[in-house]
Amino acid sequence: MAKSVRKDETVVTEYGDRKINVITRYCKGCDICVAFCPVDVLEMKDFKVHVARIEDCTECMLCEVRCPDFAIEVVGSGKKGKAK
Amino acid sequence: MAFNYAEYIRPGKLPHIWCPGCAHGTVMKSIIRAIDRVGLEKDRTVIVSGIGCASRMPGYVDFNTLHTTHGRSLPFSTGVKLADPGLNVIAVAGDGDALAIGGNHFIHTCRRNIDITLIVFNNNIYGMTGGQFSPTTPHGKLASTTPYGNPDYAFDVVELAMGAGASYVSRSTAYHAIPLERQIADGINHKGFSVIDALCTCPTTYGRRNKLGSAVDMIGWFKDNTVGIKAAGKLPPEKVEGKILTGVFRKEEKPEYCDEYAKIIEKTGGRS
Ligand SMILES: Cc1ncc(C[n+]2csc(CCOP(=O)(O)OP(=O)(O)O)c2C)c(N)n1
Ligand code: SF4
Ligand code: SF4
Ligand code: SF4
Repeated sequence: MAKSVRKDETVVTEYGDRKINVITRYCKGCDICVAFCPVDVLEMKDFKVHVARIEDCTECMLCEVRCPDFAIEVVGSGKKGKAK
Repeated sequence: MAFNYAEYIRPGKLPHIWCPGCAHGTVMKSIIRAIDRVGLEKDRTVIVSGIGCASRMPGYVDFNTLHTTHGRSLPFSTGVKLADPGLNVIAVAGDGDALAIGGNHFIHTCRRNIDITLIVFNNNIYGMTGGQFSPTTPHGKLASTTPYGNPDYAFDVVELAMGAGASYVSRSTAYHAIPLERQIADGINHKGFSVIDALCTCPTTYGRRNKLGSAVDMIGWFKDNTVGIKAAGKLPPEKVEGKILTGVFRKEEKPEYCDEYAKIIEKTGGRS
């Protein structure tokens, strides 16, 4: 798992071809993405979402779909579950 | 693959003003994806709102947009549609906007069957002005104007729309954001007046006052308290009792207003 911060303050977490981007400036820390992730990939840290276990992500997209604030994007690898 | 919302959002407009966990943002995203799904041309699409937190939505999106006066998204939408029936017209409104001050416009637009899609951001309250009760505040619930509990009974948006004659009527929730997207797309594709009752939340003025828990609890409530109409038919009555029904309640082909109006113009020898 690799983490980097883009110039626009987006925190990029990568695992193989899978990427979860958190636009921290937009995240209001509502916890919706964390609570409804079926496999517990996300956590709250300092009132912002934190990608803690990207390797478990199934790329179901539900966090991205329900986030009211356009603050999380899942760029899929196309592989479901743990990337090999 | 991540959906490219940036294509539909006006540059520099985010973050939006809605409170943390307010489901209006989730509904706005469902609308954007629905428009993308149908493939509407941006320059041929008009999004019209009234006043309220929900009605801030058109300000964020990159279409032709109108932010009008309280309760008047449908009269303005009707004007736009009649002026150029080739435009795709989508109206957005809060429950107060659509059903209190705009209630009269709502029922008559339903009966007129003009080709407009209305999405009601139904959060059971006047959010913007600090939590006054609305026509969809449930009986007994607290609002700043009903500190002893709401003595009124709520409108059922779906039943109201059907009774008034809307030709496409559906309901979904912010928890069910993908079915909501599908219904909005279906409503846009439907020729006639489409009403989509989008159940969403106001954690700030409604949830807090009624002790409904966090934004997460309020979204999760939809999961536990709704049943799809198709599933409801097969379930024992006790599993359906007290639940809110979701799904498509009506999809009926009937003559559309702009077409009917064009016929009158032709009959009377006028120019359209
Ligand atoms: C003619 C007029 N009357 C009253 C108001 C005050 N007002 C602004 S928003 C609003 C209600 C908003 O509630 P709703 O439509 O349910 O939307 P929400 O804010 O909950 O999204 C009211 C009464 C107004 N702006 N104009
Ligand atoms: S895509 Fe699905 S599994 Fe992956 S973090 Fe988001 S909600 Fe969790
Ligand atoms: S749902 Fe969106 S705004 Fe809420 S915590 Fe997650 S990323 Fe942040
Ligand atoms: S007041 Fe309510 S409806 Fe308005 S933005 Fe806040 S949570 Fe949303």
